[in-house]
Amino acid sequence: MRDRVIARRPPSRLRGGGLRQAGAAAVLALLLTGAGSASAGAEPDGEKIYQRCFACHSVERNRTGPRHCGLNGRAAGSVEGYNYSKAMRNSHIVWNKETLDAFLANPRAAVPGTIMAYAGVKKESERAALVDWLLALPPCE
Amino acid sequence: MSESQIIVPASAEIPTLRRRSFLTGLGGLTLSAAAVAMLAGKESLAAGTSGNAEADVNILAGALAAEQEAIAAYQLGAESGLLQKPVLDLAVTFQGHHKEHADVLASTISKLGGKPAKAKSSYDFPVEKLKSQRDVLEFAAGLEKGAVSAYLGAVPLFDNRDLATAAASILGDEAMHWAVLRQALGLAPVPSAFVS
Repeated sequence: MRDRVIARRPPSRLRGGGLRQAGAAAVLALLLTGAGSASAGAEPDGEKIYQRCFACHSVERNRTGPRHCGLNGRAAGSVEGYNYSKAMRNSHIVWNKETLDAFLANPRAAVPGTIMAYAGVKKESERAALVDWLLALPPCE
Repeated sequence: MSESQIIVPASAEIPTLRRRSFLTGLGGLTLSAAAVAMLAGKESLAAGTSGNAEADVNILAGALAAEQEAIAAYQLGAESGLLQKPVLDLAVTFQGHHKEHADVLASTISKLGGKPAKAKSSYDFPVEKLKSQRDVLEFAAGLEKGAVSAYLGAVPLFDNRDLATAAASILGDEAMHWAVLRQALGLAPVPSAFVS
């Protein structure tokens, strides 16, 4: 999915050749893959990665984004009391390892029209840890 | 602190877009340029504005909602009776920054043809877990760290690069909040060379 998006709309700085562009590409690749993060070389911790979501989400409460308890097996756009985008309500997604991984890799490509304005968790190992942690959350009380 | 919610004086409203105003040709472009200048605080940035303003408004709407919740969270902390000076002053100062962010985001959404949502009348915070100044600081630090990540995740999505630059400016402010709160908690204020 990510490859498709990059191919469709390459960053303007990377169009054309030259050393400067190559350097920019290298830096971009480093950052997008998370190689420069503090967790590089360590096993990603899904709960810690979830802290990135704290501005909008929590496990137990609907906030700017919907709550995440009971996520595993739930139909997208179905949390009671949360006002989803039409795109999410009509996505026909059921959250599991595959669908959540695809969504978190690039939310706006996975569900065009989603109001979740987040580029995604680009590093695969971090995304996998986050997916596992989210899907292991208990049902909502 | 005995109730599970904090009440703020504003009516809840779902963010919506006045799509028609995106379709008014030159008017949309003019509004976009003004919005960029306003958000970034630099009139010179208004030049050359174009692109998918509706998508940018959706990003700004999400940021506005998060800023409004942060304002309410700091209000909760300030009124909790748990914060002592100078931490209380710090919280009020940071709340003021979030108010400035929210004001400029709302104005920019309007200028771009969208309709900014008002703050919710109430927010559901984990009040039962806030029993000390440290609890409040940890809660605030978590929100600020999340805000840093949220802006980091939003910046590359802006079609308008000037809006991205302005959002990055807010990101910097949120990062400073997070660092100062960590310092107040006795933690390393800047725990790593990169944020994510």
